[in-house]
Amino acid sequence: MMNGTWKVDARDGKLAMAHIYVAFVALALGGLAGLLQVLVRSGKFELPAGISYYTILTTHGVLLGLVLTTFFIIGFQFAAVSRTAGTLSDRVRFWGWIGFWLMTIGTAITAFYILIGEASVLYTFYAPLQAHAGFYIGLTLVVVGSWISGFAMFAHYAKWKKAHPGQVSPLLTFMSVVNMVLWLVCSLGVAATVLFQLIPWSLGYVDRINVLVSRTLFWYFGHPLVYFWLLPAYMIWYAIIPKIIGGKMFSDSLARMSFILFLIFSIPVGFHHQLVEPGIDPAWKYLQVVLTFMVVIPSLMTAFSMFATFEMYGRSKGATGLFGWLRKLPWGDARFFAPFIGMLFFIPAGAGGLVNASHQLNQVVHNTIWVTGHFHLTLATTVVLTFFGGAYWLIPHLTGRVMTKAMNRLAIIQTIVWSIGMIFMSSAMHFAGLLGAPRRSAFSTYGDAPQALEWIPYQIAQAVGGTILFIGIILVLIIVTNLAFFAPKGETEFPVAEVAEQAERTPLVFENWKLWIGIAVVLILIAYTVPFIDMIQNAPPGSKGFKLW
Amino acid sequence: MHMHKYEKIWLFFGIGSLFVFLAVLGVGAFAQGTQPPSCLTTIDPEKVDQTPPFDKPGLVKTGENEYQLNIVASAFAYTPNQVEIPKGAKVTINVATKDVIHGFEMAGTNVNMMVEPGYVSSYTQTFDKVGEYVILCNEYCGAGHHLMTAKVKVVEQ
Amino acid sequence: MKTQLNTSTPKAKVEKEPALKGTLASVLFLGFFLIFTWVSVYFLFLNRL
Repeated sequence: MMNGTWKVDARDGKLAMAHIYVAFVALALGGLAGLLQVLVRSGKFELPAGISYYTILTTHGVLLGLVLTTFFIIGFQFAAVSRTAGTLSDRVRFWGWIGFWLMTIGTAITAFYILIGEASVLYTFYAPLQAHAGFYIGLTLVVVGSWISGFAMFAHYAKWKKAHPGQVSPLLTFMSVVNMVLWLVCSLGVAATVLFQLIPWSLGYVDRINVLVSRTLFWYFGHPLVYFWLLPAYMIWYAIIPKIIGGKMFSDSLARMSFILFLIFSIPVGFHHQLVEPGIDPAWKYLQVVLTFMVVIPSLMTAFSMFATFEMYGRSKGATGLFGWLRKLPWGDARFFAPFIGMLFFIPAGAGGLVNASHQLNQVVHNTIWVTGHFHLTLATTVVLTFFGGAYWLIPHLTGRVMTKAMNRLAIIQTIVWSIGMIFMSSAMHFAGLLGAPRRSAFSTYGDAPQALEWIPYQIAQAVGGTILFIGIILVLIIVTNLAFFAPKGETEFPVAEVAEQAERTPLVFENWKLWIGIAVVLILIAYTVPFIDMIQNAPPGSKGFKLW
Repeated sequence: MHMHKYEKIWLFFGIGSLFVFLAVLGVGAFAQGTQPPSCLTTIDPEKVDQTPPFDKPGLVKTGENEYQLNIVASAFAYTPNQVEIPKGAKVTINVATKDVIHGFEMAGTNVNMMVEPGYVSSYTQTFDKVGEYVILCNEYCGAGHHLMTAKVKVVEQ
Repeated sequence: MKTQLNTSTPKAKVEKEPALKGTLASVLFLGFFLIFTWVSVYFLFLNRL
């Protein structure tokens, strides 16, 4: 498995670090926006100087949901392919930089239009709310930049394959390629609605827009998007955590199989975000509910692999009893502790996700703050804590520094602070959501409705949790700044796990891209063709744009 | 492909549970009629006020204990915004929007649907308990989104 | 699946399956949590019908 160099080439490291800097700047600004939101929503504070709650909310969603994630993921994956499939060629690196600058310029343009109040449309930008064209153009540049980076990674992978005929590619490279294929296939949907619908319409070239088609294209993209966030966390869990704890990977083939299942099943599922909307036949909704449940399977496999990795390691160190192996895990190592806590939070996160996707059960929770609570467990805890845990070795590896004991201790504290804050905030969100409290809304008592007054204690709990989380953000920013600029010089390992002896050899079939992409496309066509034609054939008159903020 | 015996047990149990969930949902949806709101009727969003039944929004009795509640949504209000429903009534709620996407949620009930320009959203609910429910917009629609609300009172007949 | 107790099979590396009792217990606990959550919300839905 040990192909290529042990250390990421300094030039590749610079490319990865550029992405990571942008990601953490986004975390700082987006986190501040989040703090303001929970304070407003408690009913105890108001924003100064006429700043709109919804401008802040748009900022929060775009910076954390789109910018932090995409930049960290692409930076991490460039480092991972460089580490496992060898130093990038000058050409690949050049295109990586082009991708980076397109994404950064796009982010700056989009952020500008949000901050001047021309784009308070939230990060889902549902038509017929109409933002300034600059908002959509900026987002387009972000997506196009990410495509270029994706193709750069594909080119690097192809070069490795050519140099190693008949060999199984390094696991982290394989996983990065799967994730970028997933991203490319799904972002075609959002690109279609932005390029062919939203931009011409916001520039005034066309008058009207088909709202349901636009939403459907968005959600064709919107759910695989969350898997694009999750898979890099799974990369760290499968291929890196075993090395950090000093153990072995449970199985290379099962890891690849779960990634292929994600590639196949995570796209034809967008209707589960549209379960309570008109214009779509419920039978087609149900079909996509079934496909959504299939994408749970690779996560069930992952849960088993993770526990098995930990148990095998613990037992190799002499652990006995049913759970004795837990005590052998390196609890004092933040590189393990942060992602491990992220894994634990994925249990309630997954449970909530099953409810969301459950056809008519969606009526109980749709667009309530339960949903916000759900993705603050998935993205803002499971994924983000895993990324933090990754940053604790990736940044010093790339900057030629070492994490001090003090910083490691601070990172442990950071993880605990994050967990406490999130337990407060997310639980309150889940329970208030079951009572009916809506998401994406400023503070309101709805005319002093008795029901709405019942939600206020939960909203105060959210503010307490959100404030604790903001402290968590400050802590991680201190750690990251230290690791990037101030930590002592030295060598930090980029850990890559080896496979356990008893695991079987990995078959080559997982790299039969024509087969897997072919199956994915067939499923997409089955799930979407008929309802999409229905939408267009039975389309109501289109909508003009509205600017209601 | 080789799999540990316990992993097989786990996947059998896990995937089995998924299929049980799907079966429960499917029977509920297709045999017992608890489909999520999925009305396919279209409407010209600029002519909602002229299109029946939305030209005269409000509660209409359609049969023995059966009613239609027709509501127009627009930024940032529902018309009408106060409704009294007799206890035990089976009410088909129809909602249409004149401008952007809105939500239509009756807090504490299963009435929860997206309201999108060009479509009528419809859901039938029986109100068996006396009480007051708040209706609110749960999809962001602009600066006054959180002020968009209405009230339903279920009263003794 | 063939039983793999025999260590002298051609694949010398395939030994006895590792002991994963704790793993099975952990994932089953996870599974019961999923079922509990789902059933709870399902009954809330039925209650509100």
